[in-house]
Amino acid sequence: MSTSATFRVWRGDETKGELVDYKTPVSEGMVVLDAIHQIQAEQANDLAVRWNCKAGKCGSCSAEINGKPKLMCMTRLSELPLDQPVTVEPMRSFKPIRDLVTDVSWNFRVKKEIKPFKPRKPDAPDGTWRMAQSDVDRVQEFRKCIECFLCQDVCHVLRDHKKHEEFIGPRFLVYAAALEMHPLDVEDRVADLKREHGIGYCNITKCCTKVCPESITITDNAIIPLKERVVDEFYDPLGKLVKIFSRRKKDA
Amino acid sequence: MSELETIDHDVLVIGAGGAGLRAAIAAAAENVKVGLVCKSLLGKAHTVMAEGGMAASLGNVDDRDNWRVHFADTMRGGQYLNNWRMAELHAKEAPDRVRELEAWGALFDRTPDGRILQRNFGGHRYPRLAHVGDRTGLEMIRTLQDHAVYLGIDVHMECTVVALFKDGDRVSGAFAYDRERGRFKVFRAKAIVLATGGIGRAFSITSNSWEYTGDGQSLAYHAGAALQDMEFVQFHPTGMVWPPSVKGILVTEGVRGEGGILTNKNGRRFMFDDIPENYRSQTADNEEEGWRYTQGDKNARRPPELLTRDHVARCIMREVREGRGSPHGGVYLDIAWIKARLPNAAEHIKKKLPSMYHQFKQLADIDITTTPMEVGPTTHYVMGGIRVDGDSQMSTVPGLFAAGECAAGLHGANRLGGNSLSDLLVFGKRAGEYAAKFSKERGAVTIDNGAVDDASRFALAPFERSGSGNGSGDGPYQIQHKLQGIMQDGVGIVRRDAEMRKALDAVLAMEQEAQRVSVPGNREYNPGWHTALDLRNLLTISEAIARAAIDRKESRGGHFRDDYPDKDPTFGTFNTTLSKAADGSMHLERIPIPPMPAELKAVIEENK
Repeated sequence: MSTSATFRVWRGDETKGELVDYKTPVSEGMVVLDAIHQIQAEQANDLAVRWNCKAGKCGSCSAEINGKPKLMCMTRLSELPLDQPVTVEPMRSFKPIRDLVTDVSWNFRVKKEIKPFKPRKPDAPDGTWRMAQSDVDRVQEFRKCIECFLCQDVCHVLRDHKKHEEFIGPRFLVYAAALEMHPLDVEDRVADLKREHGIGYCNITKCCTKVCPESITITDNAIIPLKERVVDEFYDPLGKLVKIFSRRKKDA
Repeated sequence: MSELETIDHDVLVIGAGGAGLRAAIAAAAENVKVGLVCKSLLGKAHTVMAEGGMAASLGNVDDRDNWRVHFADTMRGGQYLNNWRMAELHAKEAPDRVRELEAWGALFDRTPDGRILQRNFGGHRYPRLAHVGDRTGLEMIRTLQDHAVYLGIDVHMECTVVALFKDGDRVSGAFAYDRERGRFKVFRAKAIVLATGGIGRAFSITSNSWEYTGDGQSLAYHAGAALQDMEFVQFHPTGMVWPPSVKGILVTEGVRGEGGILTNKNGRRFMFDDIPENYRSQTADNEEEGWRYTQGDKNARRPPELLTRDHVARCIMREVREGRGSPHGGVYLDIAWIKARLPNAAEHIKKKLPSMYHQFKQLADIDITTTPMEVGPTTHYVMGGIRVDGDSQMSTVPGLFAAGECAAGLHGANRLGGNSLSDLLVFGKRAGEYAAKFSKERGAVTIDNGAVDDASRFALAPFERSGSGNGSGDGPYQIQHKLQGIMQDGVGIVRRDAEMRKALDAVLAMEQEAQRVSVPGNREYNPGWHTALDLRNLLTISEAIARAAIDRKESRGGHFRDDYPDKDPTFGTFNTTLSKAADGSMHLERIPIPPMPAELKAVIEENK
């Protein structure tokens, strides 16, 4: 590995910005976030960047590294061609605040619109429940999500088509799936998924799955099963007939 | 300063990790107006880093467990400096707090009969830690966060508090800036809960993030509250040591709970070489028995790798110092060896320790299912903090409460792994409830304009100085770095009087330096500025740690002195407190521990 490398870092704010080159020493085992910190300490004290755990657990340091959505703390320099400048840009699907920091507040608003967890009555007199590990496994996959929002960043429905008002994005489809498939949950979110949350916009290109740093199989395990539930509820002709009849019975 | 935005709350919670979220939820349940301030985005707090689990005597795996055993374990681990009332409440209430999380959607790993599974951990007599693989902290913070957002709590994200206000003796509000625009905010509140976490950034090798600059401890101290037990810093025995950029990152104790062993360069399991007297009857004396314990044999005693963290960290230091360490200055932590015992070991390890597998694979190119890890001690946790009342969590300043890591008492001289997450829940809830009650009982508060002006001047000062910053000498990062070096070398794992005094002098001298620091740029999301403002907190708590450590002339729990290597019973009778004297200097006091009620004494006796 060479002893120094150039980092082409996006500096700017909501109104304007540009890529600025910084050369900094590199050593074995370094990740992109280390280089950014070094630049911040030595050359640009005011370089804005979010980070917390530096171990891929908090999902704060999301960025686009050489154009790819990644966590800076988990991207080793040894994976990158250092003979060329390493480009580090903020997530482009969100409004820039400053440098590598973007306005992700939309995500926090979206979550509140999804109906919260509602458990069935406890199974045991002491107020506890019984669940099999095999039933828990499926949902535990979704609950690994660290809310880095890289899936939201890469999703073309949000990134290119700006459907933020109509589509909740992969992160919140995973969130909804975790609730819908939770062994204890009795709430019904299927109608919301179709109408309010715009699940139909997803055309399963699987870009979200590819960028997920937690390797959650977003499309296959979360989104497609939810789409199937929507189809069952709204587009199944046999089911529709059954529903009409059961409604008539109730009316009568 | 009337142009500043003033925001009114009945209860203001500062910090949104496990304790802060739980406090906010509890306060909201009392129908008062609650504000929650967090330094980062919601859900990113340090709680996500907690891996192993939360200790609660549910008795799901071993029905011999109950609050009495948990209480006795916690007191023994804390070397009896604990606030025994907190240890009692904690042991009694933790099971309900865990079950409550399940009712809010948390999904813990299960026992074969479908209940919450519990795992072994250092210092706990029975399998006691409710967990989700090795990402329990994430599960906990997400559950609390997703529950809290529907309760009408005002959340102020990326907002840092730099001063507290008082109205007479009472706390009355806080002064903060938002990171995004650098705008100032004044919070007026009838009660405040501090839940700001720890102090790890005062040391160079740490598992803690940038946020852990001792804000709560320092804010409370400057507002007149007493700090307690600050000499007790926990150095977690197993942090990563290689490559350099990941030095200090935590390797969960869960690795040892699942059967991982510690060896030196000669392949010797050195933990068998030094088993402390008070743990001898509970510790396996051969490898076979230790293995059986990790696999759930109720008649086996735990392996010495699962002794308390302070002891394991010192044994590792000894191996390294005496030349038996690994190539990068640590020792080996080996979980791969279990393939000799389990047919599907690789799968088992990936299932039980997924984030450790991931972390080593990605950051160190090491496959832990085939290769031992290199590990060494890392600054992890502070047992000391704000002195609080055991029941209400109120500090010595009326209306100012503290919960979680920034509060002192529960853990005494050493914290058991797994007792932190349960601490956050038990005392977060209590702090929130009592703060809400306080806000209802007491009238409105006022904030003095002069104090607002002072806080504002303090916050803006780094922009108004010229000289340092941007590489030309002592910028905020260089000063922080220097301080970390001083604390690591002078008041680290192994302490000596002369070195600590030298460190204390250096810390005091740095206060002048910190007051000269300047930063470039403007107020919008400027980490240089934020780092400069955090310096005061770091210096305050560093001074507190050094003073308390110098005064305690013995070795106990997380505090180990080369010049006084033994425990001294006379030091087991008091807690050290630090408070701000009238002349602004730091005043140290030894406060006797109140006698334990006979009932609790009996509990300790029966568990000896």
